[in-house]
Amino acid sequence: MSYKDKNFRIIGKPMPRHDAWEKVLGKTNYAGDNEIPGMLYVKALRSAHAAAKLVSIDTSAAEALAGVEIVLTAKDVPNNETVTKFGQTHTVGGFEGLYRVLADKKVRFYGEAVAIVAAETPEICDEALKLIKVEYEELEGVFDPAEALKPGAYLVGEDDTNLVCQYKVRKGNVEEGFAKADLIIENTYTVPQVDHIYMEPECGTAWLGEDGVITIRASTQVIEHFRGIAEVLGIAQNRVRVIAPMVGGGFGGKEDITVETYLALVVFKTGKPCAMTWTREESLISHGKRHAYTMEYKTGVTKDGKIVAQQVDILSDAGAYVYLSPWILLYSTVKAVGPYDSETVKVDTRTVLTNNTFASANRGFGGAQVCFAYERQMNEAAKALGMDPLEFRRKNYLHKGDALATGRVLENAVETEATGIKVMEMLGEKTISDKPNILIGQGMASSMMSYGRMTFLHDTSRSYVSIELDGSVVIRCGVQDIGCGQTSSLASIAAEVLGVDMDDVTVYFGDTSLTPLAGTTTATRMLYMSGNATLKASKAIRENLLTTAAKYLEVSIEELDLIDHQVIVESAPEKNMPLQQLVKICASDGVELFNLAQFNAPAREFMDFTSGQGQVFADFTFGSHAVEVAVNTDTGEAKLLKYVSCYDAGQAVNKLSAEGQIEGGAIYGLGYGMMEGIKYDKGKTLNPNLATYLIPTTMDVPEMQTDMIESGGGLGPFGAKGLGEPSSVPSAPAFVNAVCDAIGAPINDLPASPEAILKALNNK
Amino acid sequence: MNKQHITLNINREEYDVVVTDNELLSNVIHDTLGLTGTKYGCGTGECGACTVLVNGDPVLACITLVTAVAGAEIITIEGVAPAPGKLDPIQDAFLEQAAVQCGFCTPGMILVAKDLLVRNPHPTEEEIRETIRGNICRCTGYTSIIRAIQQAADPTICCQSKP
Repeated sequence: MSYKDKNFRIIGKPMPRHDAWEKVLGKTNYAGDNEIPGMLYVKALRSAHAAAKLVSIDTSAAEALAGVEIVLTAKDVPNNETVTKFGQTHTVGGFEGLYRVLADKKVRFYGEAVAIVAAETPEICDEALKLIKVEYEELEGVFDPAEALKPGAYLVGEDDTNLVCQYKVRKGNVEEGFAKADLIIENTYTVPQVDHIYMEPECGTAWLGEDGVITIRASTQVIEHFRGIAEVLGIAQNRVRVIAPMVGGGFGGKEDITVETYLALVVFKTGKPCAMTWTREESLISHGKRHAYTMEYKTGVTKDGKIVAQQVDILSDAGAYVYLSPWILLYSTVKAVGPYDSETVKVDTRTVLTNNTFASANRGFGGAQVCFAYERQMNEAAKALGMDPLEFRRKNYLHKGDALATGRVLENAVETEATGIKVMEMLGEKTISDKPNILIGQGMASSMMSYGRMTFLHDTSRSYVSIELDGSVVIRCGVQDIGCGQTSSLASIAAEVLGVDMDDVTVYFGDTSLTPLAGTTTATRMLYMSGNATLKASKAIRENLLTTAAKYLEVSIEELDLIDHQVIVESAPEKNMPLQQLVKICASDGVELFNLAQFNAPAREFMDFTSGQGQVFADFTFGSHAVEVAVNTDTGEAKLLKYVSCYDAGQAVNKLSAEGQIEGGAIYGLGYGMMEGIKYDKGKTLNPNLATYLIPTTMDVPEMQTDMIESGGGLGPFGAKGLGEPSSVPSAPAFVNAVCDAIGAPINDLPASPEAILKALNNK
Repeated sequence: MNKQHITLNINREEYDVVVTDNELLSNVIHDTLGLTGTKYGCGTGECGACTVLVNGDPVLACITLVTAVAGAEIITIEGVAPAPGKLDPIQDAFLEQAAVQCGFCTPGMILVAKDLLVRNPHPTEEEIRETIRGNICRCTGYTSIIRAIQQAADPTICCQSKP
């Protein structure tokens, strides 16, 4: 078993993760676990209104309070607004992405930070916040994206329209498609804003390094925000350092800046170390949510079950600031009809500012919303045709070599159909109900979700690998580990290639000053990108090791392998040599036993905006979920009896971690289907805590059964695909399809709560 | 705010601390004593990340006044392993079943499981679910956590992954 013969020792095996030992001992040092002597505590004053003019802010009383170090408002921030240009216009594409540190002149959402206080204790901070006098002049605001688009609507920002951007995709003539259809299925689907509810709220510390570098150690998915922070402070990028220790969950919610700029500003202004931890309520009201969508789907099918036309219109609520809304909308646009073929396709999408809390990245990045709609639509079409839902899907699944509506040909493995068949097999025969008030239903959903960033972003990742003199291995890679085993995967890859154990590898990660930049832990890109960079670096070292060994042992390089800390000479085992000995030979001969590798993702130009044609993603992960539920017709409660999920993982790097992603992703997505949703009253969050914003507990979920196909057809190391986001995308439609099957009535709005299920039963 | 001097018995060691009347157990454990395995997840007793054992019972440290537990026997995650370099069978099972992802809920989960297995060495799956219902995990979907607790109760259950 070795890397050489592709019969891996480590890759694809179930291995305990290298970071788990510290975690079960409670020793992992998260961003909120560091106390710095003399540090200040930082808290934010948050707006009590969703839309208001900021008439005046008087901070004098707060500043006079004993123990308060500094109070900062927008006027104190060197560059309170930074703008990211995305290059297009409102009518095609987008917009300018505005990042505003503290509210200025106008408040756009309830919970927006208006001022920050740094003081000796958290209690003094709280007192000081109460002493800040803000005079607001309440404005009418707009809270519904359709209203926000109407002429004369309240303008959320400083622009003359609330429209952020719009996209379209055109394939063929959809009217001709509908003319060919025997049946047309038309439905409107709505999905609410939801939160990530990572267990670790936003937190961090910051200090002035001895070298004068402002250093921020924060819970983040993106250490490369150091550039944006430097811009806010008006200093050089190399004067800001960001460190991401192990993160207590991210799910996209720590992709945008949270505490970092506030901490950096306090250090910049005072020179003193500081800490900031958001309360759960602050987290719920003020960081980006998953976008609420209204989605109109019109699908034309022939009697024999072929989709001939798909017309989709999506309206997305961007909330109060742009953030990542345009990119998320583009994801939805490209994936709007899912992993299914259709002769003709017409997709129109828009995202609009409102005075709700801003929306941004959340696991799936626009993929989960449309999957709910297209998979409900698949079931409704199958039902209208009197066809089995899997049978109907099988007539329309895309396969390798087929093209998406954007014209992009799927060149890599497409195993959607195999996963669909598999999950329905695993689900088995429908359970028979023995009670008149219990209805049993089964449902499935398939999905197509990209891994890796959009190809026009020209993504890169770097990783440094080296062997120490004793044969132990070091990786330095600027990954953020948000709990999915990002660093552990890199250890697996290097250990496999270099013939050592995972325990022999130490991974230094997430530090902009010490680890080569590896990009964001977002977009299901880390294994794909940093895994490939680490593989490339490890292979280069392996090459140097084996070249030296071949010369020294006077054998050909083809005969050599690295297994279990040994150089193996296949033809002459008596010549086998300990790896440590070879390392020493290399060291004395000046052979380089380190390598800094960069992996570049395939890059493309931006898609054509007039037709939506072009390549936006490098590749996709395909998979399916299936669910059996028992619905109580008296209470509307839908109890899950079975939950199965199957993905083409390409190649699992760590089988336990891959299964963990598939299991955990499913339940993350299930909350979206069953119970989650931010509730607003004119922009004010009504459920800002975990007693009112519910997520799944052990009592809501059954034992998950998972399966994996390993096609080897991915772009990641050893043919891996990504699982982080794909694993959670089809949960909500699979659950709702099962509920609809049970009750014999449609539910097209999330969440399908007991109340919604009872309402659907009553409307039957 | 009144200050008082109290003695806390944590992980079989005594700590003399000066606290204010309204100080929370979680803050003293995490900030004052540096036992950072006790996590702040919500501050309102809704997520279970701050769970510690007080006289053997799981307690939410973020809504417990520290003065109320002076003299009681407190166990935090740091006090679970039997010796340096060794793990409790529950910790071992969490490793083997990959019941740890981001790890933020893990200390609370392990302490609640510890209490369960002391009271009920052979719990059913339903009893495990009931016991940890107040501990939220956003990463794993719970299947691996329940399997880990089952494995700790019955070591003949091993890693579920098909090799």
